[in-house]
Amino acid sequence: MKKKHRFSKLLVFFLCLGIIGCASIPKGFLKPNETSLETRQLQIRQYETNNEEQILASVAGVLQDLGFNLDNSETKLGFVAASKKADATSGGQMAGAFFLDMLAAVGGGHGNAMANCDQNQVVKASVITKPSLDGKNTVVRVTFQRIVWNMSNQISKVETVKDPEIYQKFYDSLSKAIFLEAQKI
Amino acid sequence: MKKLTRCLGISVILFSIVVLSGCATTAGKAFETNESQVKLRSMQTRAFDTTDKQKMMQTVISTMQDLEFVIDKADLILGSVSGSKFLGQAVVTMTVTVRPRGEKQLLVRINAQYGIQSVEDPETYQDFFTALEKALFLTAQQVD
Repeated sequence: MKKKHRFSKLLVFFLCLGIIGCASIPKGFLKPNETSLETRQLQIRQYETNNEEQILASVAGVLQDLGFNLDNSETKLGFVAASKKADATSGGQMAGAFFLDMLAAVGGGHGNAMANCDQNQVVKASVITKPSLDGKNTVVRVTFQRIVWNMSNQISKVETVKDPEIYQKFYDSLSKAIFLEAQKI
Repeated sequence: MKKLTRCLGISVILFSIVVLSGCATTAGKAFETNESQVKLRSMQTRAFDTTDKQKMMQTVISTMQDLEFVIDKADLILGSVSGSKFLGQAVVTMTVTVRPRGEKQLLVRINAQYGIQSVEDPETYQDFFTALEKALFLTAQQVD
């Protein structure tokens, strides 16, 4: 009898542990993972100049070209942060949701898949420039993040942007801007 | 009559308890920590044998970027860098401060939050310092 009692105590103890364990913070999120080298290549470019200030000014110009507002900067550390609000609606997603809602209506129910469609997003950009190891070049690294809200104004998605095209586009514009500014246009 | 006043008195007391406890705000919760101040400092702080603050901050920023953080703020004079990253649906925010310690060393302190919880796990902080060490080619020294 006593043994049984002890056993149930132990069970409760482990149950508590399990529940606490579920709510805890995951470990190892400050450890570099295998993909970090890949993302590095995506986000970094080198420019053949040691005029960091000029590069930084061009970066600010490009961000403005892309419709971003500057939020924060520190020239001595080569840092610019900017953000932009944009539309996030996608035709495909809307059509799918509309179809689902229609199906629900036909079935006599009340569907609201439409409310879960993405509506708008905020994209945050953060650019860091620093001299390369040999001091002859300037290294630029940009990172993009985005937060997406759905039609009912709830956050539906948060993510680091990893689309190579977006980064490529940014650097194409930056190269152009550096050229334009060097020509004093 | 006596009974009535007593009843009234008790209800007044009860009522005021309810009202007053309502006034006690939850602001205090924001200042609670599970670990002692000393313990927190020791897990969040390391000393490095260098005095180049700018280079240290640039390395801290690169390390944070390698860990997928987006830098939100940076200030060379204060020596602070803040960034955030997304982990599933949760947001991790982190602040790193760099300040001189004596003549020959720099003190680096980090603190991180996962969603609405403070990170109070020594291993997680150690992971960051290990990454920073590698980037700096310097050893992180425990500070007492």
